[in-house]
Amino acid sequence: MAALLKKFGGLPVLALVVLAIYPFAPVVDWALEAATGQALHIDRQLVNIFIFSILALALNLQVGQAGLLQLGIAAFFAVGAFTTGVLTVEKYPFQIGFWGAILISPLAGAIGGFLLGAPTLRLRGDYLAIVTLGFGEVMRIVLLNLENITDGPRGLNPVPAPWLPTLVRDAMSPAGDASIGTLRAMYFLALIVLAATVVCLKLLERSRIGRAFVALREDELAASCMGIEPARIKLAAFTGGAALAALAGCFYATNLTTTAEPNTYDFNYSIMVLCCLIIGGLGSIRGALLGAALLLGFDNVISPLLTRLLQTALGGESTHVMASFSNWRWIVFGTALVVMMRLRPEGLWPSSPQAEELHESAGEA
Amino acid sequence: MLDTVLQQLLIGLTNGMVFALVALGYTMVYGILEFINFAHGDVFMLSAFVSLTLVGALGLNDQSSAGALAGGLVLCIVASSVFGGLLNLTIDRVVYKPLRKAPKLAPLVSAIGVSFILQNVGLFWGGMSMQIFGGGGQAAAPKAFPNLLPATNLLGASSHVTLQPKDVLVIGASLVVMSALYGIVQFTKLGKAMRATAQDPSAARLMGIDVDQVVSATFLIGGALGGFASVIYSLYINTVHYQMGYQNGLYAFTAAVVGGIGNIPGAVLGGLLLGLVRAFSDQFIGAQWQPAVLFGILIVILVFRPAGLLGSTAREKV
Repeated sequence: MAALLKKFGGLPVLALVVLAIYPFAPVVDWALEAATGQALHIDRQLVNIFIFSILALALNLQVGQAGLLQLGIAAFFAVGAFTTGVLTVEKYPFQIGFWGAILISPLAGAIGGFLLGAPTLRLRGDYLAIVTLGFGEVMRIVLLNLENITDGPRGLNPVPAPWLPTLVRDAMSPAGDASIGTLRAMYFLALIVLAATVVCLKLLERSRIGRAFVALREDELAASCMGIEPARIKLAAFTGGAALAALAGCFYATNLTTTAEPNTYDFNYSIMVLCCLIIGGLGSIRGALLGAALLLGFDNVISPLLTRLLQTALGGESTHVMASFSNWRWIVFGTALVVMMRLRPEGLWPSSPQAEELHESAGEA
Repeated sequence: MLDTVLQQLLIGLTNGMVFALVALGYTMVYGILEFINFAHGDVFMLSAFVSLTLVGALGLNDQSSAGALAGGLVLCIVASSVFGGLLNLTIDRVVYKPLRKAPKLAPLVSAIGVSFILQNVGLFWGGMSMQIFGGGGQAAAPKAFPNLLPATNLLGASSHVTLQPKDVLVIGASLVVMSALYGIVQFTKLGKAMRATAQDPSAARLMGIDVDQVVSATFLIGGALGGFASVIYSLYINTVHYQMGYQNGLYAFTAAVVGGIGNIPGAVLGGLLLGLVRAFSDQFIGAQWQPAVLFGILIVILVFRPAGLLGSTAREKV
C-alpha cells in the first residue's frame, strides 16, 4: 500500500477506495434524487464509465502514446463484444462463460490488430487514419451482413452474467436480490480490470517500450538511429491497443447482456472515444479517465437533467427536436473538439509536467 | 445481361459524376494544405437542405410548369453553390486558419468537430415545421426531394435500358462544371497560383503569390462544387438526409484517394471508377455489402499504391 502510494500518489488510491465503497453507500445518488426526484443510478453509470475508460485507454495507447492516428477503435471493441457473444450465448456449442471469454476476446482483438497493423502502419499519419476508418466501416458491415454468425441487426444475446462462487454472490446481493448482485459483480470486476490496466499502462510508460514511444513521437528518424525499430514498436502498440479494446468489448457485451447491434460500433463511436482523449489530454492516462467520465456523464446524467429543465421551461412535453438535450450532443462535442484544439490542445488534464515540457520544447525546435 | 450491364454502367457514371464533384473539393484542399477536410461532406449535406428548403418555399413539385421548374432549378443550383462555397470559406477562416502552423492532428480533429456541428445543424434543419420536411415532426427521418424532372425514358418506353432526363442532366451539368474548373485551374492567373501553391507553398509565397488568398479561393471553389453536387444528387436520388454527407463524403474521399489525392484529374477518374464499382457491386454482390466493398478497395489501394492511380510518389514525405 505504501509503495503504491509512493508510486502513484495519493489521488488515484483515494479515488479507488471511494469507488470501491460507493455501491454500498451511493451518497451522490441520494443527494441527486432528493434534489431532482429522479433516480439516476450513478453506480450503473459508473460501470459504463469503467468499461468506456478501458476502451479510451486502449485508444490512448495507440493514438496518444504511440502517435498512431486510429479512427476505427470501435471495430476492435466490436471484435471483443462479438467474440464474447459467440463464445457464451446458447446459440453456439462453446458456452465457455465470461471467464473464458475474457481471456480469449483480447486474443481475438490482438490478432485483428496485428493483421490490420502489419501492412498499414508504415502509412503516413492521415492515410493511416483513413485506413482505420475504412476498416471500422468494413467490420460493421461484415458483422451486420453475416447474419448466420452474428444474428445481424439483432446481435447475439443473451450474454450470460459472470459465474461467481456462491459465497461472493451472496455477499454482493442484498436480501437475495440477484440483479443487484450481478450489477455489483460487474462493477467490481470492471473496476479491478480498469485499475489493473492503469497500473500496467503506468508501468509501460516508464519502461523501455514506453520511452521508445516518446522517442518515436518526437523524432522517428533520430529514434531509429538510436536502435529503436519503429515498425515493431508501432505494431506492438497497435496490437496491444486492439487487445485492450477487445477486452473492453467483452465487458461491454456482458454488462449489456447482448452484443448490441453492429451499427452501435460505427464511426461516430470511434470518434466519441477519440473525443474523450482530446478533451482529457491526448497521451495522458488520467486525462483519458477524465474524458470518459465527462463524456458518459454528459450523455447519461447531465443531458437527461438538462432535458428535464428544458422541458419544464417550455412548459410540458415538447416533442420538438431541439427540446431534447440529447439532440444537442453533436454540437456540444463538436464545439468541444474545435475549442480544445484552438485553446488547449494538450487537453484538460495532461500527463505529468515533464511530458508537457517535452511537448513544448518539441514545438519550439 | 447486356442490358443489365449497360444500365449499371449508366448508373455508375451518374453516381460517379456526383462522387467526382465532391471528391474535387477534398482533393483541391488536400493538394494545397495536406489536410483532410472531414467537414466537406457535411457542407454538401447542408447545401442539399438549402435546395430542399427553396423547393419547399417555391412550392415546386412534379406538377409545376416547365418554366417554373427551370427557373427553380437554376435558383437552387445558384443558391446551393453559393451557400456551399461561402460556408466552406467561413469554416476555413474561423476554424482551420488559426491552426495552419499547429501539428497535423489539430486541423484534422477540428474538421471532425465541425463535421459533428454541421450534422447536428442538419438534424435541427430537418425539424423545421415546413411541409416539405414532413412538418418537422421527425427531424431525423430522410426527407423526400420531389422528382422535378419527368420520369420518361429517353430511349423509348420499350427499351430495357432506362435513360431519364435526370441522368442526362447529371452527366451534362457535371461535365460543364468540370470543364469550367479545368479552365480555371489551367488557364487563369488564379489557377496558376493554385498549382504553384500546391507544388510548394513557401516557394509560391516567395514568388509573390498570396497563399492565404489562394487557400481561400480553394475552399470557396471546393465548397461551391460540393453545393452544386448536392443539387445534382438530390435531383437524382430524391432523398435528403442529415447523415448523407458523412457517407457520401467518405466515398468521395475514397474517390480522391483512388485517383491520387491532390490530383484534380485523378479525383474525376477516381469518382467515375468508384461510381462504376459501386453500381456493379450493388448489382452483382448486393447493396448491403456496398460500404464494405468500397472501403475494402480504399484499404487495398492505400496499402499497395498509396499515391493512387494518377498521383506521383514524389510528394510522399516520411
